[in-house]
Amino acid sequence: MDFLSPATWAEALAAKAANPDALPIAGGTDVMVELNFDRRRPSALLDLTRIGELTEWGTDGDLLRIGSGVTYARIITELAHRLPGLAMAARTVGSPQIRNRGTVGGNLGSASPAGDALPPLLAAGALVELASTRGVRRLPVAEFFTGPKRTVRAPDELIAAFLVPSHRGPHQFAKIGSRNAMVIAVCSFALALRPVTGEVGTGIGSAGPTPLRAAQAERLLADELPWRTAAVLPEAVVGRFGELVAGAAAPIDDIRGTAAYRRHALSVLARRTLRWAWEEYRREGP
Amino acid sequence: MRVSCRVNGEQREADGVWPGESLLYLLRERLGLPGAKNACEQGECGSCTVYLDGLPVCACLVAGGQAQGREVVAVEGLTGPDGGLDRVQHAFLQAGAVQCGFCTPGLIVAVHDLLARVSTPTDADIREALAGNLCRCTGYEKIMDAVRSAAAMPPSTAAACPASRPGGPR
Ligand SMILES: Cc1cc2nc3c(=O)[nH]c(=O)nc-3n(C[C@H](O)[C@H](O)[C@H](O)COP(=O)(O)OP(=O)(O)OC[C@H]3O[C@@H](n4cnc5c(N)ncnc54)[C@H](O)[C@@H]3O)c2cc1C
Ligand code: FES
Ligand code: FES
Repeated sequence: MDFLSPATWAEALAAKAANPDALPIAGGTDVMVELNFDRRRPSALLDLTRIGELTEWGTDGDLLRIGSGVTYARIITELAHRLPGLAMAARTVGSPQIRNRGTVGGNLGSASPAGDALPPLLAAGALVELASTRGVRRLPVAEFFTGPKRTVRAPDELIAAFLVPSHRGPHQFAKIGSRNAMVIAVCSFALALRPVTGEVGTGIGSAGPTPLRAAQAERLLADELPWRTAAVLPEAVVGRFGELVAGAAAPIDDIRGTAAYRRHALSVLARRTLRWAWEEYRREGP
Repeated sequence: MRVSCRVNGEQREADGVWPGESLLYLLRERLGLPGAKNACEQGECGSCTVYLDGLPVCACLVAGGQAQGREVVAVEGLTGPDGGLDRVQHAFLQAGAVQCGFCTPGLIVAVHDLLARVSTPTDADIREALAGNLCRCTGYEKIMDAVRSAAAMPPSTAAACPASRPGGPR
């Protein structure tokens, strides 16, 4: 096994092009478990932790661009105001030790349907930026995942960053697990309200082969929420929203829970996060 | 491959490092520093917690090569140059927060970090900070006592990165 340690992004892309089998390693919180337990023996590790650009974030036109190497700990301390939903999810990841090391880029790279950063990215309408020596492309995060642990990333590509439209509005995230820390989600749900455009974003975690959007549920809220008056939430809308979110999931029975429980829990999380988000909207004013 | 980094304040070098091996293996098996413990090798138990460039991390989840040129402080590095214990180590001994002791080095580092960030943590702060450190013996009550009493002691004079003590306790 080789250890490739590029100092710049250009070197990293060249190394990946020359060694498409090399396994990128960022925080290592997924990769090292696989290596320690002999589940994977890549021809080389491609260490991305020396590339300064990957750990930076800033604005890019109307978008907020966050380097793939930004850790959960930094999302929480530096970006909680701009990305409240992602920060809520980041607070539920692992333990302080894991959050100090684990990155959102690694969560995208692993592409587990249970990845906690992924539902908030879906709800926020994020883009993923992929790069190779051939060029750069950006695609909606919903189009990035093709199946459990599978993505459209080509063997010579690396994840450079993710980008989020910087519109304001209430974001929420909720996750079901067997304790408050160190749990893989039984299921999770993220919601983003965009009052300026009257749009709504959703993300369902751990209840399908990939993280999923609940498109019908999004349309329901966009059409039925009393955006202008910021009036009390109509109960019928809340109930219907829960049903549509549960219906959008494609869960299976596994060691962490049954499909039926996941659907039930998702309808509860959907109603709960909607109430929280709408309360915030009413407080802040339309 | 060769890895050189600062460990407990001293420049160290390890040769023949396998590219897939962890910083934990490097510390224990190549540099003779068995303070950080190997229990789960999957980030679940925290017994391998060390500072990497000032942040507590699971050494079992850092590739050895990622430590090249970095600063590592393990539990051995928290004692003063004269071998005096850090206040967190004192408090753990006084409170009886150590039974088999396997979880202790990782807890000491995690608590050291907590108290460096939050001088008077609430119980909720302590539980949150130690969520990634498992103890199979104590039931955590004595550990909570130890953290509260460490917080009440003046910060140790021992620097965060003093010279390690070759031949110290294993
Ligand atoms: C104890 C423990 C608890 C955990 N708890 C949670 C949890 O609560 N929620 C959760 O979602 N996850 C959890 N995880 C999983 C893990 O921490 C996350 O998936 C994390 O986001 C991975 O990030 P990383 O930087 O450590 O990735 P790495 O392990 O370095 O990489 C992960 C994958 O992404 C690829 N990759 C990384 N960066 C790039 C890049 N820039 N371009 C292309 N590919 C890349 C790697 O090749 C690898 O396939 C936990 C893990 C552990 C060990
Ligand atoms: S040995 Fe590293 S966390 Fe358990
Ligand atoms: S004292 Fe034995 S595991 Fe904590």
